[in-house]
Amino acid sequence: MRAWIAVLVVTAASALMKASGPLVLGSRELPSGVRRVIGLVAPALLAGLIVVELSADGWDELDWTQVAGVGAAGAARVLRAPMLLAVVVGAAVAACVRLV
Amino acid sequence: MTGGSTFTQGLRLGIGPGAATFVLGISFGAAAVTAGWGLLLPVVSSMITFSGSAQFTLATTLPTGSVVAAIAGAVLINVRYLVMGIAINDSLRGGRLRRAVQAQALVDASFVTAHEGGGRFNVGRMVGMTVVQWTCWVVGTALGVWLRPEPAVLAQWGADVVFPAFFLLLALDEIRSARAAVAVVSGAALSGLLMLVVDPGFALLAATAGALVAAMPLGRSDADGRAVAGAER
Repeated sequence: MRAWIAVLVVTAASALMKASGPLVLGSRELPSGVRRVIGLVAPALLAGLIVVELSADGWDELDWTQVAGVGAAGAARVLRAPMLLAVVVGAAVAACVRLV
Repeated sequence: MTGGSTFTQGLRLGIGPGAATFVLGISFGAAAVTAGWGLLLPVVSSMITFSGSAQFTLATTLPTGSVVAAIAGAVLINVRYLVMGIAINDSLRGGRLRRAVQAQALVDASFVTAHEGGGRFNVGRMVGMTVVQWTCWVVGTALGVWLRPEPAVLAQWGADVVFPAFFLLLALDEIRSARAAVAVVSGAALSGLLMLVVDPGFALLAATAGALVAAMPLGRSDADGRAVAGAER
């Protein structure tokens, strides 16, 4: 029962956080200076997501095979591999390194 | 481009992140059953919560901690949606309520891919991508509940690489200017440092402050700054 309650509370909180900006701002446009910053939120957030995914719990359990796999995916993309293929390459590299 | 065609474009663009979401969904379904969630709740959670990081946080902390602590951890990890909701508001249409409903399609990969530069977002593309990812997340969860693969088996096949790899590829595509590159480096540095001392939710929120760092004047006039912003489109 407590898991159900927790899921419902987290669902409501997540929905509210997504809705907060539109509910508060409505049709008011942000100043151009703020929009310039917002244009850079996506790349900054992506970098954070990568770091958080890789750093596990405070870097204590950093998995170098995972890092190698992610790096291989990035290298494949730089070499113009399609996105899905690049990810498959990354997963394959991690799997191979783990076999060694 | 019309709303319908951008939605269709979003459906197509959603296949890649959707595949990653599907794999993660299998992993979550198995983890939730192991955590004692039963067979129904994991799928219901994926349908209504639709947040991998928050759901994983709940599944891993509930069995050993208090409900309040588990909820707090899961909510904190989604605090970034506050920033993302503000960021996308200018690109939404309609009244407050309609905008709030559209904002429910915010998920990381959709938010980033919908970004057209200069703080403008293609909402049709975002919704299309999210529809694909939601479907893959729910189906993946159901499959994980059913098959319950061992986490070690998934890791052995490199499944844990899929999501960070996708984020890296999206980041590479996002680097369209020097300022975007600074945002990536700043976001990584801030979140990396904070991961030493705070929860991932705060670290992710701090990463968005990388945008502030990147937007700071670089010894040029404001007019030059605006020119740089324009070049990012």
